[in-house]
Amino acid sequence: MREREGEWTELMRSAHAGDGAAYHRLLLAITPVLRATAQRGLARAGQPTDQGEDIVQEILLAVHLKRHTWDPTAPFGPWLFAIARNKLIDALRKRGRRVFVDIDDFTDTLPAEPPREQLPVGEVGPHLEKLPQRQREVLQSIAIESASIRETAAKLSMSEGAVRVALHRGLASLAAKLRRD
Amino acid sequence: MDTNELIRSLAADHGWRARPVGIVLAIALALALPFTMMMFMMRLGMRPDFMAATGNPFFILKFVITLALVFASAVLAARLVRPGAEVRKVAWLLAIPVLLLAGGIAADAVVMTSPWTKRLIGTNSLICLSAIPALSLPLLIAALAGLRRGAATRPMLTGAVAGLLAGGIAATFYASHCIDDSPLFVAIWYSLALAAVALVGAVAGRWVLRL
Repeated sequence: MREREGEWTELMRSAHAGDGAAYHRLLLAITPVLRATAQRGLARAGQPTDQGEDIVQEILLAVHLKRHTWDPTAPFGPWLFAIARNKLIDALRKRGRRVFVDIDDFTDTLPAEPPREQLPVGEVGPHLEKLPQRQREVLQSIAIESASIRETAAKLSMSEGAVRVALHRGLASLAAKLRRD
Repeated sequence: MDTNELIRSLAADHGWRARPVGIVLAIALALALPFTMMMFMMRLGMRPDFMAATGNPFFILKFVITLALVFASAVLAARLVRPGAEVRKVAWLLAIPVLLLAGGIAADAVVMTSPWTKRLIGTNSLICLSAIPALSLPLLIAALAGLRRGAATRPMLTGAVAGLLAGGIAATFYASHCIDDSPLFVAIWYSLALAAVALVGAVAGRWVLRL
């Protein structure tokens, strides 16, 4: 487990130094662990575990939007788990359960794969519809059609800077909508 | 949007860099400071014998205490919005203003200029109780707004510390108006006023500082 967290810290350091591919790899690497944790939290609260993906997406958005609060000289694991724990408790509380989540829940967690038949969709989808048009178009282009920033800019006849701003604002308002839910 | 699609959009947003929370907090407080100063100038003002009072060590001690509180709560607040950061290691900083105050009370007891009941009750305790919270309001709003940029995994505690920070700055202003210099007075009335601001901060923090 220590080894895994060491790898994450290395990836996050590279990401911090501007390596976008390392950041993408890091997010992909932490997701199965977050998924297993969310499912375990739900199971312990007596909730159906199929809602776990909503929690995973909420944690990922929080990690992304708050990444500037991570100290590059500190290990990544404790920072990640503090955020994940907070989001998990919040999500369980929203569902009417108070559950004590121990930090060991994270460190001992084995990664969980998403259900094979169908990729989980999560809560983000419906909220996407409610975003301002530009933000929605940019997010759809990058997330769903997997276009790059440059391709999206060309397609929507926007500047790359405007695409970046719309993307960031879109993600921030998605996170705010999820929190208000 | 499935999770892999969400991750793709997060990775694409990577180039964006936010300012450190400590700097955002400082800017927010600097923007709110003129409002507090204006309230202070219009309603309170410095005490008439301000210059003469600077010769009184108990008068100076009030500022040392409030500024120690401002320093301690600023350091603590900056830690509290960094998930996983060690908070306990800096929590002892809050003991500095308390110890200074305790030392002041002891020294005051030795000097004994007037009966302790008189020093405790002072001359304008009610103004103190209302002025410190009022002066701290713009600062508290600013502190909470600044801290929102961070990631508070303990929103109530973070809000309470924001209240101490705002209240500490407000108390520093108020100390230059207040003619009660007894540490005993400070211990009771300033503390009560600060506790009220911390309480408001905790309740507000619960709502506005959620991750």
